[in-house]
Amino acid sequence: MNDQSVIESRQVTKKYGKGESEFTALDNINLVIKKGESVAIVGKSGSGKSTLMHVLALLDQPTQGSVIIEGANASSFNSRSLDVMRNKKFGFVFQQFFLNGNDTVLNNVILPLKIAGISRKKRNILGMQSLEQVELTNKAKSKAVELSGGQKQRVCIARALINQPSIIFADEPTGNLDSQTGKAVEDLLFRLNKEQGITLILVTHDIEIANRCDREIHIVDGKLTNESSK
Amino acid sequence: MNFTDLISTASSSLFKSKVRTLLTIIAIFIGAMTITLTNGIGTGIKSYLNKQIGDLGATNVLQIQLTNTTKYGPGSGNTGPAPYNPKQQVAISAGNGPRGKKQLLMNNTDIQTIKSIPNITSAIPVHPLSPAYMMGRSGKYQLSIQEQYGSTTAALLAGLGVNNQSNQNQMIIPATYVSALGYSNNQSILGQQITIGINNALGKQSTIKATVTGVEQNALIGGLGAFANSALANQIYQVQSVGLPPAISDSFTTVEATFPANLTNTQINQLTTELKNKGFTGQTIKDQENTIFTALNVIIIVLDMFGVIALLAASFGIINTLLMSVQERTKEIGLMKALGMSPRKIFTLFSIEAVMIGFWGSILGVAFAALIGKVVNTIGSHGFLKDFKGLSLLTFPLSTILAVVIGIMLIAFLAGTLPAIRASKKDPIEALRYE
Repeated sequence: MNDQSVIESRQVTKKYGKGESEFTALDNINLVIKKGESVAIVGKSGSGKSTLMHVLALLDQPTQGSVIIEGANASSFNSRSLDVMRNKKFGFVFQQFFLNGNDTVLNNVILPLKIAGISRKKRNILGMQSLEQVELTNKAKSKAVELSGGQKQRVCIARALINQPSIIFADEPTGNLDSQTGKAVEDLLFRLNKEQGITLILVTHDIEIANRCDREIHIVDGKLTNESSK
Repeated sequence: MNFTDLISTASSSLFKSKVRTLLTIIAIFIGAMTITLTNGIGTGIKSYLNKQIGDLGATNVLQIQLTNTTKYGPGSGNTGPAPYNPKQQVAISAGNGPRGKKQLLMNNTDIQTIKSIPNITSAIPVHPLSPAYMMGRSGKYQLSIQEQYGSTTAALLAGLGVNNQSNQNQMIIPATYVSALGYSNNQSILGQQITIGINNALGKQSTIKATVTGVEQNALIGGLGAFANSALANQIYQVQSVGLPPAISDSFTTVEATFPANLTNTQINQLTTELKNKGFTGQTIKDQENTIFTALNVIIIVLDMFGVIALLAASFGIINTLLMSVQERTKEIGLMKALGMSPRKIFTLFSIEAVMIGFWGSILGVAFAALIGKVVNTIGSHGFLKDFKGLSLLTFPLSTILAVVIGIMLIAFLAGTLPAIRASKKDPIEALRYE
């Protein structure tokens, strides 16, 4: 593993509201995540772990401080560049899947490439390759709604993989799955992390899955507490 | 997302909720159909009238009357009664037009004045012809007849037009007169003599003969009676005027003047201005046509308003449909934004959906209107319109159809802006948290 930083947060503070009702969701977070690392952001609900992920994933802007992606300061980007950055560099896996149920599995997987404006032919080839990695090529033509929970999350992973991202953000990826299928999804994510060197940033309150990561970042009331590294 | 993907994504989203989309399209459909039909009728009648102008009279003819400065009789209007002018003769209309409307009478002095105007080649008084009856092989029937001026080319079903140079009494009759005059078809009456009975001012009745040279088709305007050549018209007028004092028999309300056919519009305008300066009002056939067209346009605009109201209601349908769609697809929009779709593209996506509703609604509406037009024209030409040969009641020029479709797509786009802006402003974090 090399020591190159892929994503950094420098004194990131995020506040909501004004005056009396002001609420600090993130309080002066300093964090460096290296290329190929797997990092768990652990905390109770309302601790600010999702907000931290949103800020790191450039879905949200910090009130103060800055996020550095591969050495570039994201606060200097315009909104178009932020869109392109998320489209090209990041993969997202959500707890609620966010699949278009009436559309085919393949069409769900190729959505990031469609947004990027890649031709139909090329994106279908890449989509099938992506489905191969999650062993769901036989379901390519099925409607997403017909799949089981575990299969749906694997489709989401295939979608996250399709743009060959440098980072995958996974927000409670096993939260909606039973322990057995959850384990399979976990295995898949960690295998991609190890085999392809994709940086994995996992948001979870599940201690077991957090333990499998290279590093755990604990967050309480918007502040980092003990960081444990193995 | 490239343009084809935007179109296909918009299209598949639209037809995901089929019933809702279909109902919105139907609303647009009704508006598009109404506008197309009303315009189709307008265009159909106008093009028919244009064809009929030749039947109405030559285009190088001016109908001239004395300019009537006070239009109505005493006691009406805001200006009060006009001062008495011993030189001006007035006929008060009790029949046609507003009761009490004055028509100023002209005499030979006026003819001389008109003839003195440059570019006027001839000026003849128009005498109302009021024969008592016509008779063919059997039976007496009322006859409506007027003099044929200039080189008119009436739409003839049989025979030839009348010859104004001829000394012979000639007339052309509408097709509907043929059987009343005792003939079985249009051909058989050609060259036959018709007896015309005329009452003079002393109550004495006498008859003259005229030859039928042609049979005209029934026209929407102008062609409701027979046409006489100059010889016949003069003779009828002479006979009916017997016993009238010269001051009356030599006065008339209208003069028919001709000008060279090659005059430009500017020259014609100069001519009418010159007439105006001398106290006359001159109208060409084109002017009369324009008067009819103006009235027709008003009617069409009123009818179009119904279509516009339908479209206005329909555009609120589009707003409603798309707002519901934006609400339902909050997560989808959020996901697309998280995965890097720009707000501008989201706006475009929803705008395309709106425009597509407009497109399908208007295309179907226009197509259905065209179908109705075809059916009505086919039925009409064999039924209620068969007396109007050459009339396509509904005509749809491509330019009108395109204007309707593009106009409605524009309205749909405008209706779609509110939902599209709302969609483009969705915060992906909020949207993805939304349950």
